[in-house]
Amino acid sequence: MQQFQNVSSGDIVLSLAEQIIENRAYLSEIDGKIGDGDHGVNMAKGFGMAAERIKGNDMSLAVALDTLGTVLMTEIGGSMGPLYGVMFTQFAETIEKVPAIDAATFSAMLHSGLDGIQAIGSAKVGDKTLLDTLVPAITAFDAASRDGKSFSDSLKALVVAAEAGRDSTRDLVAKIGRASRLGERSLGVLDAGATSCALILKSLALGIEARLSPAA
Amino acid sequence: MQRFINNPDEVVEDTVKGFVKAHADIVRLGSNPRVIAARHAPVSGKVGVITGGGSGHEPAFIGYTGRNMLDAVAVGELFSSPTAKSFLDAAREANGGRGVVCLYGNYAGDNMNVKMATKLAEKEGITIATVVANDDVCSAGPDEREKRRGVAGEIFMWKCAGAKAGEGASLEEVQAIAQRAIDNCRSIGVGLGPCTLPAVGHPNFSIEPGTMEVGIGHHGEPGVRVEPLKSASEVARDMTKIVLGDHNLTAGTEVAVIVSGLGATPLNELYILHDTIESEITGRGLKISKTYIGNYFTSLEMVGATLTVMALDEELKRLLDVDVHCPAMP
Repeated sequence: MQQFQNVSSGDIVLSLAEQIIENRAYLSEIDGKIGDGDHGVNMAKGFGMAAERIKGNDMSLAVALDTLGTVLMTEIGGSMGPLYGVMFTQFAETIEKVPAIDAATFSAMLHSGLDGIQAIGSAKVGDKTLLDTLVPAITAFDAASRDGKSFSDSLKALVVAAEAGRDSTRDLVAKIGRASRLGERSLGVLDAGATSCALILKSLALGIEARLSPAA
Repeated sequence: MQRFINNPDEVVEDTVKGFVKAHADIVRLGSNPRVIAARHAPVSGKVGVITGGGSGHEPAFIGYTGRNMLDAVAVGELFSSPTAKSFLDAAREANGGRGVVCLYGNYAGDNMNVKMATKLAEKEGITIATVVANDDVCSAGPDEREKRRGVAGEIFMWKCAGAKAGEGASLEEVQAIAQRAIDNCRSIGVGLGPCTLPAVGHPNFSIEPGTMEVGIGHHGEPGVRVEPLKSASEVARDMTKIVLGDHNLTAGTEVAVIVSGLGATPLNELYILHDTIESEITGRGLKISKTYIGNYFTSLEMVGATLTVMALDEELKRLLDVDVHCPAMP
């Protein structure tokens, strides 16, 4: 059984933040097609502020996730601030007291983040939101684990499903948020939240995969 | 477009700084730099009245802070909801011990952040009652009123609730009057030209020369139709027709009217629109008892105008007449 250490894994969050900052222009461009184009700007601002606080400190994954979630929730606002803020703080809470994280704990962490999002938002899968990435990604991870796949192979399944979920939003009509006002005109464009969510999950998966080792 | 800005990422900070300096007799900066509070707030024993929303709509929301209006306002990034923490801090600044009403627009971010702030406030013993504005007729059908956006009708909601709270009403009474005020409001926007977020640098939607977008939202949300630009009289007639068509007011009803510019339309054009709007409204046997013409709720430099009509009953009319002392209203 594979697992990774919670301590000193805060850098995973740092690379995740770098991914968002690097994709600042891309995310804003997607958002601009059906929103007001500030998704990348706001996300990069929040993730950048969190990265400043994490950089150079030897943090556990739990503490780094909590730092990120708190910054998003208290400094960013908009829709993504509370949604990702809740997701990351819930992630952090789930693994707070777990020294070595295995696939089961990781799954519990993902579910807890999803629950948090669903408690404050009202979107469902198919509404053209980040849930179209997050929900199938979690389902794929759980299915792979259940089939006896390793943690690392389950993470690969998660990334594939996240990206397929992101791409599925291209053919969806937005049902919630500002883009929902466009009706049919939101067709043919990726959802910015679903896109940033795929970036986040992929970066998280890569960071974990690099740290995996067989349980002692 | 050329702008008076320092750093495109610090437009909100710089706006707030200038605003507080200009209106220091009425407002102050909260302990959270993203909260503007009335100088007199909180008033012990008075229900606090707050709102919050994205920046770029000035004088909304901050300009409506003051006596008999809003006690505190949470300030968001341009066109982006304030954080839950800012809504919570606004409630703290406004709390005089009898609870706080948060009156805000129906946008996904605001809904979520207010919901979180309400939960956080509860933990420290502050009750936040909420009323969500949904006056924008074109943003959803009459059967889906709860989905409609809140726009300039919010001003009437703040005005009536602020005056009611000033009279010492209870939290339930202030919430009820705010709800009645917004229920009695209908609004529509017409866009003639887009706006640009400074940090983004290009407009995120376009309005072709010679056309107009009927039913446009405050962030450039598309309207119900794009059509060739008509004369002011024809546009005003359409706007009045759409607003009153959703309202079903009986002859003799008194109404209050706001004709607001969206940022780049000069006042004279608003008066040109109003000339026809007034004739259309009174022509239907309605009586206008109060009119506001100006830039009351803008959208950066969007070209266009909005019309809001609120049906009045005796109490709403009385509350609308109560004197206010805030930067945005005479």
